[in-house]
Amino acid sequence: MAVSDGTERIRDPWGERTPYGPGERWPIRVDENCPAGVDAWFRSASVLHSNGDAMDIGVRDGRIVGVRGVATDRVNRGRLGPKDLYGWRSVHSPDRLTRPLVREGDRLVETDWDTAMGRIVERSKQLLARPGGWGRFGFYTSGQLFLEEYYTLAVIGKAGLGTPHMDGNTRLCTATAAAALKASFGTDGQPGSYTDVDHCDAIALWGHNVAETQTVLWARMLDRRRGGARPAMLAVDPRTTPVAREADVHLAPRPGTNLALVNGILRLIIHNGQSDPAYVRAHTIGFEELCRVVDSYTPARVAEICDLRAADLERAAELVGGAYRLLSTVLQGFYQSNQATAAACAVNNLHLIRGMLGRPGAGLYQMNGQPTAQNTRETGADGDLPGLRNWANATHIRQLAELWNVDGTTIPHWAPPTHAMQIFRYAEQGSIRLLWISATNPAVSLPELARIRRTLSSADLMVVVQDLYRTETTELADVVLPAAGWGEKLGTFTNADRTVHLSEKAVEPPGEARADLDIFLDYAARMDFRDRDGRPLIGWRDAEGAFEAWKRCSAGRPCDYTGITYEKLRAGTGIQWPCTADRPHGTERLYTEGIFHTDPDYCETYGQDLSTGAEHTAQEYRAKEPRGRAFLHAAHYRPAPEVPDEEYPFMLTTGRTVYHFHTRTKTARAPELNAAAPDVWVELHADDAARLGIGDGDRVRVTSPRGEMFAPARIADVRPGTVFVPFHYGCFDAPGRVAANELTVTAWDPVSKQPLFKVAAVRIGKG
Amino acid sequence: MHLAHYLGLLHRSQNALAEAFRQVAEDHKEEPDIFHLCHDQARVCDAHAGRLEPFARRYAEDAPDEPERLHSELFRGTRTGGLGLLRDLQDLYLMAAECDICWTVVAQAAQGARDRELLAVTSECGPETAIQLSWLRGRMKQAAPQALVVAD
Repeated sequence: MAVSDGTERIRDPWGERTPYGPGERWPIRVDENCPAGVDAWFRSASVLHSNGDAMDIGVRDGRIVGVRGVATDRVNRGRLGPKDLYGWRSVHSPDRLTRPLVREGDRLVETDWDTAMGRIVERSKQLLARPGGWGRFGFYTSGQLFLEEYYTLAVIGKAGLGTPHMDGNTRLCTATAAAALKASFGTDGQPGSYTDVDHCDAIALWGHNVAETQTVLWARMLDRRRGGARPAMLAVDPRTTPVAREADVHLAPRPGTNLALVNGILRLIIHNGQSDPAYVRAHTIGFEELCRVVDSYTPARVAEICDLRAADLERAAELVGGAYRLLSTVLQGFYQSNQATAAACAVNNLHLIRGMLGRPGAGLYQMNGQPTAQNTRETGADGDLPGLRNWANATHIRQLAELWNVDGTTIPHWAPPTHAMQIFRYAEQGSIRLLWISATNPAVSLPELARIRRTLSSADLMVVVQDLYRTETTELADVVLPAAGWGEKLGTFTNADRTVHLSEKAVEPPGEARADLDIFLDYAARMDFRDRDGRPLIGWRDAEGAFEAWKRCSAGRPCDYTGITYEKLRAGTGIQWPCTADRPHGTERLYTEGIFHTDPDYCETYGQDLSTGAEHTAQEYRAKEPRGRAFLHAAHYRPAPEVPDEEYPFMLTTGRTVYHFHTRTKTARAPELNAAAPDVWVELHADDAARLGIGDGDRVRVTSPRGEMFAPARIADVRPGTVFVPFHYGCFDAPGRVAANELTVTAWDPVSKQPLFKVAAVRIGKG
Repeated sequence: MHLAHYLGLLHRSQNALAEAFRQVAEDHKEEPDIFHLCHDQARVCDAHAGRLEPFARRYAEDAPDEPERLHSELFRGTRTGGLGLLRDLQDLYLMAAECDICWTVVAQAAQGARDRELLAVTSECGPETAIQLSWLRGRMKQAAPQALVVAD
């Protein structure tokens, strides 16, 4: 048993190795950070990253006193990462919100729930009184609430108010994962399983610094690398991250050129005869077009576009082209960059043309960044329709109308859902008059923050913010609602490999703070939303009731939860959806027979043009006769909307550190984590630093056409011409500090609508 | 042979569309997707015009004088606000529709002239114009309820 005391896991985020060989079970290693004398343990899982590491919360005298990993859980086999071991302390932070706040002039003053909710409801009813009232509401939620909360919010939005203006901050983090999965395979849903690490013979990490974002998954990969018959490893990242240092081949492309890189690899694989013609013929559409498009991406041309050595590209192609069981994982380096969806689909193409799906070790993770992002997507709190339904499919709309017993015209389906950036644009223009933000901090995390602050400060816009603490965003709110956090409420959530966990209520929330679910239910009751027969639209009153309602909504869809109960989730391990009466233990891998979710009556989308996002029609889609085959989407590389020039000669890429999550709302309040990474920095290459006369630790000024920031320099192994700034650091704990997103460009991928945080042109100099 | 006139019409329409895309991009730069995608599509139109040029020159030698009322004026500058954006996108849509039908007509003529090279150009460029139409239609569908019903 590995007991973590003090700051052991700060110094070594991955812990000691437990090597294992191919096909063996990953050994158990239980991590804990807990004093003796716990009264009771409560089952939960981590909420400070997307891995879904199962843990028990230790409670003494009604207070959380520690955590330990769950040895029997399929995801982590007992392990926990630094954010899990130390992050829970934030629940005790003395600055928790304990009472609702309302704005009086330029101040937020404490009030009671009736007053706070009364203001929201009064405004809501005013806005609904005129035609088009639905369009005056916007909801911006999170990847950190629970499934039950999202589903309730989705029903309020789609069947109560009837607004398409609902999205999550998942738009910033995993919208591209969802878009790429839908585009290639027909619906959202991760094909692979974490157990693919146990079986693979090669791992390719595409813009995914897994060592810092999902430490336990990285520990699993390292354990395979230290055991027998170790898998080969490819890392694609402009920085020399811990993943890149471990990898056998590291490609550090110029930011914004991922699609050219993968197209080059696809071309080599096709030319080397390493595609699987039988699989391609039986299970895919579009191979000829793919060949035609990638044919011009010769190693020499890709080397030129990406600023790589052609020989390294060829080594990378050999590594992934020669594997028998290839595991790929994709994250922000692709999702927050130029041509995000096209590049993520290109990785799907690699797995499709090599037949690397649906069997042990042949897996693909279009990863999530947040613990409950999968639920935001599947319940429709990100604007999609619940149950991965297709907004353009009239039958799917009818199913929801029957389920909720509402008129089908109420359910917003006349156009694609309004994405986050567009919601903020409507608020800026004044057509959205009530913006309800839950569990997220857009005043630090969205691009071009000056504009966001101006929008949120508008006198005509009522801003409601629901959070655990005061944040940069609550300071601009008209009503602030204190929410219960992890360990203080009951609910479920689903990780990146479709594993559903239950999170128990271990302690009471502080003061008058309430579970987000109770806040949404209270709003629905006060608004008196009714169904067609005059009964309350929302018939559930607690988490388990919401879960049972969600099960009915999910029935028959890819994310079928009908075989899961709270009781089953208490039995020792999470369960992977789909889980039904026929598959009571869940489903480890999707697409095991090579039959994809592309049937026109089943699919979540009729497809989009990758260069513009133009939606294809049902008729166009049916004409392709998908018949369960996956789509190979081919697209040409195009330069990023912003590239370096004489005035702004560097490329800025933003990213993450292992010790923090998001805008540090929780992690800055956990003493060990905060001490490990207390302040922002700028990474640059030694050659660039020398040329500009910048030494390690010198204050550096970073300027983009949109703003400037100052931070100490770290001379690091980032590629020349590129600078890196972690995006976590706003000003709540350091007045005057400027967040990295003050500099980023407001532009997004045309398909996933995910902002481009990784490609902003900047200049740097001594501060 | 009158093919040159239609090539001229398409060539000029592509240039006009490129110019209109650029103007809409600049005048609605507060809408980041409009800004970036309209500039992208302007470049697509430029490329189309460039590919038509050699054919326009080649067929011009056989062409009689240009007939009257060949060209039309579909764009007279941008407007402002949500409704203005909708109307501007509608102008772009109509201009793209003109290019779209011209590609069809020119492709038919290319069949008649047994001009494989021109046929290849129409079969590559025509679908790109169709994508512009479907993008514009989708963007307008998204914007219409908010601009026409919700906004004050």
